[in-house]
Amino acid sequence: MRKGYLGVDIGSISTKAVVVAEDGDIVASAYLWTEGNPIGAVKRVLSEIEGQVAGTDVRVVAVGTTGSARELIGSVLGAQVVKNEITAHAMGTLSMHPDVRTIFEIGGQDSKIIVLRDGVPVDYAMNTLCAAGTGSFLSSQARRLGIPVEEFGDYALRSTRPTKIAGRCTVFAESDLVHKAQIGYAIEDIVAGLCNAIVNNYLNNVGKGKEIEPPIVFQGGVSKNVGVVEAFKRLTGHDVIVDEVGHLMGAVGIALLAKSSGLEGDFDFAVREFEFQTMGDECGGCANNCEVVYVLRDGEFLDGWGARCGTGIERARTASAGR
Amino acid sequence: MSERLVTFPHMGEYWIAFETLVLELGATPLVPPRMTKHTLEVGARHSPEFVCVPFKYNLGNFIEALDAGASVIGQAGGGCRFGYYAEVQEAILRDLGYEFEMVNLTSSWSVGEFIADFKRIAPGVSTLRIARAFAIAYRKAKALEAVDDRVRKNVGFESERGAHDRVVGRFHRELRAAGAFRDVARLEERTLAELAALPLAKPERPLRVGVVGELYILMEPFANHSIERRLAEHGVEVHRFVTLTKLIEHGIRHRPHVRALLGEADPWVKYHLGADGTESVAMTWKLMQEGFDGMAHLKPFGCMPEVSAMSVLQRISREHTFPVLFVSYDAQTAETGIRTRIEAFADMLVMRARGRNSA
Repeated sequence: MRKGYLGVDIGSISTKAVVVAEDGDIVASAYLWTEGNPIGAVKRVLSEIEGQVAGTDVRVVAVGTTGSARELIGSVLGAQVVKNEITAHAMGTLSMHPDVRTIFEIGGQDSKIIVLRDGVPVDYAMNTLCAAGTGSFLSSQARRLGIPVEEFGDYALRSTRPTKIAGRCTVFAESDLVHKAQIGYAIEDIVAGLCNAIVNNYLNNVGKGKEIEPPIVFQGGVSKNVGVVEAFKRLTGHDVIVDEVGHLMGAVGIALLAKSSGLEGDFDFAVREFEFQTMGDECGGCANNCEVVYVLRDGEFLDGWGARCGTGIERARTASAGR
Repeated sequence: MSERLVTFPHMGEYWIAFETLVLELGATPLVPPRMTKHTLEVGARHSPEFVCVPFKYNLGNFIEALDAGASVIGQAGGGCRFGYYAEVQEAILRDLGYEFEMVNLTSSWSVGEFIADFKRIAPGVSTLRIARAFAIAYRKAKALEAVDDRVRKNVGFESERGAHDRVVGRFHRELRAAGAFRDVARLEERTLAELAALPLAKPERPLRVGVVGELYILMEPFANHSIERRLAEHGVEVHRFVTLTKLIEHGIRHRPHVRALLGEADPWVKYHLGADGTESVAMTWKLMQEGFDGMAHLKPFGCMPEVSAMSVLQRISREHTFPVLFVSYDAQTAETGIRTRIEAFADMLVMRARGRNSA
């Protein structure tokens, strides 16, 4: 019997899970859309994982969660480790590309860069305040142009003369794009221009002032867009590696972090059978009116977040007891 | 005629010193209501959209204080847009129909103006009394800073969670009541001794991070989402150098101070960047050479002096592989993004330190 570590990465757009065995083997993996319901997505992802693990000699002894819903799902699964996605991505990528020196990551809502030297993250940056140049912007523009986002990259590759599109700000980019379409630019050239704009925006904001050295690994949903990958190669002047399992790196990383934590606990896939319910409330204890979110397991208070002081969580606990 | 009630903007716990100042001048203070989301909401609603966020917080404090009955506002200014705060805020508040008197304490940095301003806050007050009031308020601010400094460095390592906060809570209450210089000095001494007696689980060589940037965001935990505390909680000794009393000292000795900073910021900066920009560069450069593990650079979105400093800090960071966490603040109140960034930053510092030790 081998020990296994379950890593779950719950992003705004997609939910990923893997089981890494103690010897580093990835014995199970699953990927699906979060669809605005992280708990539902985790239940579905766990049923896939359970099926894949069933036939092996692996038993899950620890759980790690990462991604924007990491705290909620961490409570639901009783996770041993709950960590941010930047650290998880760095660890996951290092396990597969030990010599990586730069990680580009563009996800649904955010983008980040991690600089590593000798297998240690030494610098990182994340987009601030604004979601310009991330996946959600690309998919809304794809919809505007009537192209499935999956084909976006192919359109870009067919372009011979990419048009210039302002990448500084989503609003400016959008008006540029509309204007270029209306004056008659070919759709391929507009799409290619948009891919360049995304990359320029990334390099000038998130990547600003960072030493970008190869090997470069590019991850996140946008890395599936070949147009953006090509633009990265051209603008950095380096090869850019897009891993087949790039989308799982966060989950792999958090599984490895669960392993190295040394913490173990009972994990049962039957957690899927529980009824989880999340509730949101405004505390009302003071003018801050913190938005408190809490989760109930089969009607019982499990955990809560979002309060600046202890009052909000206590109120949530009391409110859920009286329900 | 109703009573003259003197109010001022909030910044961290300095209200204790401001309140003492007004009291000792012989006027009646009105401490603005504690900062909440409401403060920011009303402040932002009546501010120009693109102004830096401290303006919005100040304006929110003033509106809440005026609504509570304040009739005199004390405001300051600085070497950037901050220099126009008092005038613009006064105009906005008058347009909103409030009646009050605005006293800008830093319209010029001359002793004569200073005294005249204090006499506007408390008509008829003697110059001697002004000197004493200023001195005791200043002493209280110093005490606040000494305690704050100790907490920043140790709270991340306390063995019993909440132990520091308990001592500091009592300190604030007693500091507010303290009347004489001697009492303030004794209270400070006793509080520092109490803090020193708290059990700590602190490694011999803890992670050290310096915090630099724009003064208001640095000193107002509500506005910076308690970033110092959150850093500390990841096992970091946090160092900060910008304090109110230092700003006053630097304001009085402006030229020699800037000259000294430019010396420390050499070879990165040749001309003064305005406000705290040059200091952000000078401190980062200095702390890096002292072996600090990283820096956090905080600024309101659109802060010109700090934007100028940023490009220099990015170069220092790149050329010396020295981690700098850049955080911009505006009127957003969601904390998740900030917490994710701080946690990732702290994780990275831990991994770097581990890598260095095993190498």
